[in-house]
Amino acid sequence: MSKVMEQWLASAPSWILEGPEWLNTLLYKLFKCFIYDDRYMMLLKGLKNTLILTFFALLIGLVLGVVVSLIRFTWDEQHTEMRGSGKVILGIANAISKVYLTVIRGTPVVVQIMIMFFVIFASSRNKILVGCLSFGINSGAYVAEIIRGGIMSIDRGQTEAGRSLGFGYVPTMRHIILPQAFKNVLPALVNEFIVLLKETAVVGYIGLADLTYAGNTIGGNTYEYLYPLLAVAIVYLAFVMVLTWLLGKLERRLRSSER
Amino acid sequence: MKDDIIIRAEGVKKYYNGGEIKALDGVDAEVGRGEVVVIIGPSGSGKSTFLRCLNLLEKPTGGTIYFEGTDITDPKCNINLHRQKMGMVFQHFNLFPHMTILKNMTIAPTRLLGKSKSDAEAQAMDLLKRVGLEDRAKAYPNQLSGGQKQRIAIVRALCMDPEVMLFDEPTSALDPEMVGEVLDVMKQLAAEGMTMAVVTHEMGFAREVGDRVIFMDYGKIVEENTPAELFANPKSERLQQFLAKVL
Repeated sequence: MSKVMEQWLASAPSWILEGPEWLNTLLYKLFKCFIYDDRYMMLLKGLKNTLILTFFALLIGLVLGVVVSLIRFTWDEQHTEMRGSGKVILGIANAISKVYLTVIRGTPVVVQIMIMFFVIFASSRNKILVGCLSFGINSGAYVAEIIRGGIMSIDRGQTEAGRSLGFGYVPTMRHIILPQAFKNVLPALVNEFIVLLKETAVVGYIGLADLTYAGNTIGGNTYEYLYPLLAVAIVYLAFVMVLTWLLGKLERRLRSSER
Repeated sequence: MKDDIIIRAEGVKKYYNGGEIKALDGVDAEVGRGEVVVIIGPSGSGKSTFLRCLNLLEKPTGGTIYFEGTDITDPKCNINLHRQKMGMVFQHFNLFPHMTILKNMTIAPTRLLGKSKSDAEAQAMDLLKRVGLEDRAKAYPNQLSGGQKQRIAIVRALCMDPEVMLFDEPTSALDPEMVGEVLDVMKQLAAEGMTMAVVTHEMGFAREVGDRVIFMDYGKIVEENTPAELFANPKSERLQQFLAKVL
């Protein structure tokens, strides 16, 4: 008899063991996948890594996205009127941004993360850091284009009103254009964050034990794939639902001013 | 230069497509302190473009614009500082929809002039009382009617204590019954001695409030006179045709 079975027989209450066959089997399998050997801890640790990855990638992505979208938008709007060193610097930044957007959006994230871990940061063994950085850089490209679309959706009159009051270009963007643009792109950003949360699942390719990796490992150890993978799926779903609900609330609050 | 001239435009040109389209083709004009200059003309005549050149919302292709004696078309000139003293009112109001009326009015004075929040709000409430909208201070722009929005846009510009007010067809986007309330505010402003440059299709306003009327067509000033003289004795054929259509 296996060790698992021994423990199960020792710890399960007698009414279950004497109960119907199907219930007995089901609970035994759940015991094997999650309780025995504290296997639920693998899922919790994996979940922790998934959340860390998502959170920091989201932060990096937002910062990168705002910066790149502003560079792209400002260049498109202003380069005909600029001159001197400012124009040169912005031109170079714009060219770099374009390459960044093309490369990042044109290659699979799983390839990017492997290149980052096995080539660029080959000397580093800090998988979580490389993961955050890779997903952040990846997400930033999508966020940048989402925000640029949002900025372009704001009527020119808003910029003109800001400038005519005496605000410079940057304060006009900051106080007048970006708050409105952000509100308009919130649904698209939520979508991007949901994608990001689920996309971190490929981090297993560099051997970082995230939620998916943990589910897979338990499956491999127990030959019982259904329950751990179902559990993993439910956790992702729950987080996506909570995230959607929270941001829906934020969206309604931001919109309330316009009615 | 006389110092009672606030704005002087010399040979202002605005070309598009490398000179193919001449929106402005050498415009000379002056606005004196306390003067109300009304600019009229058919659509496409360049009158709005000219007004928007005065605070460089449109960059002229050529020519010079002096504001209080400073050449603001000089690339070294910090236009933001000069714009603080040139209020502008737009056809489509351009209030900031994500801010309350009070915030719309106080954001520029507090951030640009260094006014305290309480001072700026007191001034804003004063101005709101003058246009009869003090009860809407906490409302958002989309909760107001067009006429109310435009009156707010006018007092928002006034919060910066401007030397001159530029009006770009302020009543063109309004329902007819709301035109009066906006014109009344402008008349009141003119009576208080505000310097104004107004692009409008309201001939009644031009005649009643204007000190001087400029008629533009094809990017040029065709005729310029006191309203009484310009409307009674139009000299050029083009002005005669225009007045025959609009009066």
